[in-house]
Amino acid sequence: MYKIIVLAKQVPDTRNVGKDAMKADGTVNRAALPAIFNPEDLNALELALEIKDQYPDTKITLLTMGPVRAAEILREGMYRGADAGVLLTDKAFAGSDTLATSYALSCAIRKIGEADLILAGRQAIDGDTAQVGPQVADKLGIPQITYAEEIISLHDRTIQVKRRLERGVEVVECTLPVLITAHSTAPECRPRNAKRLMRFKRATTLSERHTTAEDYLAVHNDQAVLITEWCAKDVNSDLVQLGLGGSPTKVRQVENIVFQAKESKVISTDDAEIESLMQELISQHTIG
Amino acid sequence: MNNVCVYCEFEEGRIQEVSYELLTKGRSLANQLNCKLEALVLGEGLNGLEKEVSRYGVDILYMADDKRLYPYTTLPHTAVAVGLFKQTHPQIVLMGATSIGRDLGPRISSSLTSGLTADCTNLEIGEYEDKKAGKKYENLLYQIRPAFGGNIVATIVNPDNRPQMATVREGVMKKETISDTHKAELIYLDAGQYLRDEDLVVKIIERHMETSKVNLKNSSIIIAGGYGVGSKENFNLLYELAHTLGAEVGASRAAVDAGFTDKERQIGQTGITVRPKLYIACGISGQIQHIAGMQDSAMVISINNDANAPINKLADYVIQGNLETIIPKMIKYYKKNIK
Ligand SMILES: Cc1cc2nc3c(=O)[nH]c(=O)nc-3n(C[C@H](O)[C@H](O)[C@H](O)COP(=O)(O)OP(=O)(O)OC[C@H]3O[C@@H](n4cnc5c(N)ncnc54)[C@H](O)[C@@H]3O)c2cc1C
Ligand SMILES: Cc1cc2nc3c(=O)[nH]c(=O)nc-3n(C[C@H](O)[C@H](O)[C@H](O)COP(=O)(O)OP(=O)(O)OC[C@H]3O[C@@H](n4cnc5c(N)ncnc54)[C@H](O)[C@@H]3O)c2cc1C
Repeated sequence: MYKIIVLAKQVPDTRNVGKDAMKADGTVNRAALPAIFNPEDLNALELALEIKDQYPDTKITLLTMGPVRAAEILREGMYRGADAGVLLTDKAFAGSDTLATSYALSCAIRKIGEADLILAGRQAIDGDTAQVGPQVADKLGIPQITYAEEIISLHDRTIQVKRRLERGVEVVECTLPVLITAHSTAPECRPRNAKRLMRFKRATTLSERHTTAEDYLAVHNDQAVLITEWCAKDVNSDLVQLGLGGSPTKVRQVENIVFQAKESKVISTDDAEIESLMQELISQHTIG
Repeated sequence: MNNVCVYCEFEEGRIQEVSYELLTKGRSLANQLNCKLEALVLGEGLNGLEKEVSRYGVDILYMADDKRLYPYTTLPHTAVAVGLFKQTHPQIVLMGATSIGRDLGPRISSSLTSGLTADCTNLEIGEYEDKKAGKKYENLLYQIRPAFGGNIVATIVNPDNRPQMATVREGVMKKETISDTHKAELIYLDAGQYLRDEDLVVKIIERHMETSKVNLKNSSIIIAGGYGVGSKENFNLLYELAHTLGAEVGASRAAVDAGFTDKERQIGQTGITVRPKLYIACGISGQIQHIAGMQDSAMVISINNDANAPINKLADYVIQGNLETIIPKMIKYYKKNIK
């Protein structure tokens, strides 16, 4: 039996950032954007599920650090096949850079207990750093295999992985435990399973149960799954290494990008106009 | 001590372009900070590299030549770099935002508890005031990077922890040698002094490196196609125009995702950064992530049937209409007018 932890982040869909998404102080108004399961974390979940297909007694725990609302992606992951979810949430985590994030995640991983395999996405689409995976591996003192496209085999605690590099591919082998980050070219995550959807629809964290009436009823429903929720103290973390204070990097300034319009010359599809443009470019020695 | 150090990537017998670009930037930062420029090269069969590296004005070159260091794997390189930095205490460490740099950088930064900023598009020296703590800092590295899908640019500093670490993509900085006669002081490192057996747990079974056929970075004219090109067949129009003008063909991510052309032609935030003399954008709307990779082009021509396409704001010439009509006419009138 393999114990797998999948790291997943709820991210604003940065592919659709509009004007309303920025606050006056230059920070991003995450509330104004749809929150989604970070795309490559779904690839990571699929790699875990493939292992579970092969070794059905494998246990997959999804771990996310974020606001209470991030429990949404834990449910989503459970609909698709994860066995359990853990939400790490605390004001003390606010303002974390990648190092403080990795530290908090590593504390939670230790608390969940010896994992054979930790899977993460290569990169989150908001912070965009691709640093959390390797830093978590370092904090846990285990090796890493980044940019995984395929798990070729897993036998007797030896794993073979195909990595997708900028200019090629590599197959590497390692004994467990190891942390693997999934590349976007890894298999797409399977869809929700209807039975699991029914089973986990009411899975909630304690905070959620405290805040909504419907979930209040769920507490009295024995069938409802309780999603584990931990704060900084629960995972025995050292407060000094958390949040803004535990982050070596500080944001000095944030600028919104504005297009600077140039005076442009507009040309039609007219033959004469295109010919005169080509003549102009040739005489300027831009072309030719 | 407290110098600027560039981790140089070694692959197939040579140092990668991005490392030379960083050495160039590192040289100018070291001049401003009045400190030395160091380079670290880890690999096997490194003899003779010192000459080329020296040309970029490197003062001290650290080299570890050991078969356990090539091809690159994470832990051995981390062990040597971390071991060295604990002895030399660089104030700044730069590396490429490449498959290797993005695998190694975070590992080193975690080991040393130093901040790391990813994918910087600019690096400057400046001061910083921490108003809450009432502290002022001088000569910090401003690490300037786009985030949030390219919609914002953040300036990040590491006030207290050292080294200040940053990664930069290939093509973002310019590469420039300083002198052909300059000689770096060469210091050989004994990898065995830093490596433990556990560092060798990840073994490479197979490796296929592809050398790119596409040379976008060194082309002075680029014809870039977007989703508006419509099909793989229509991309042939672009190849034809490129062939006529002696240009290279690039693409937007939407065109790559649609399968019109290969990923290695992608220009933009998650592709290549280019700065050609002339950039002809065909059927590209000009989303921020694409602009990030071509905004330094000396001249931009946009071919688009939408007069309000964002890219037009950045264009010197806008040819308004369908590219299927326009490109053949450009080819025709170029041929007619060129002597
Ligand atoms: C504009 C901006 C710029 C920033 N620049 C930097 C910078 O240069 N350096 C820096 O150190 N920090 C930076 N940060 C902070 C950084 O975004 C946060 O620390 C964030 O929590 C983690 O980094 P990431 O989003 O880049 O994740 P990545 O490192 O890209 O994430 C990789 C993988 O790690 C896992 N993961 C990441 N976060 C979580 C989580 N909260 N819960 C569970 N799994 C997770 C996921 O599997 C994810 O796919 C920046 C933030 C912003 C808004
Ligand atoms: C994290 C992240 C990273 C990204 N990185 C990149 C990147 O590196 N590079 C990149 O390019 N994108 C990147 N993108 C994607 C980017 O946001 C856009 O989706 C993409 O650039 C759009 O490509 P396009 O302009 O070709 O397509 P579209 O936006 O669909 O534009 C097509 C254009 O073609 C015009 N057109 C249509 N038909 C014709 C015709 N017959 N003749 C003339 N014009 C015509 C239309 O008017 C339109 O302007 C990234 C996105 C994210 C979220």
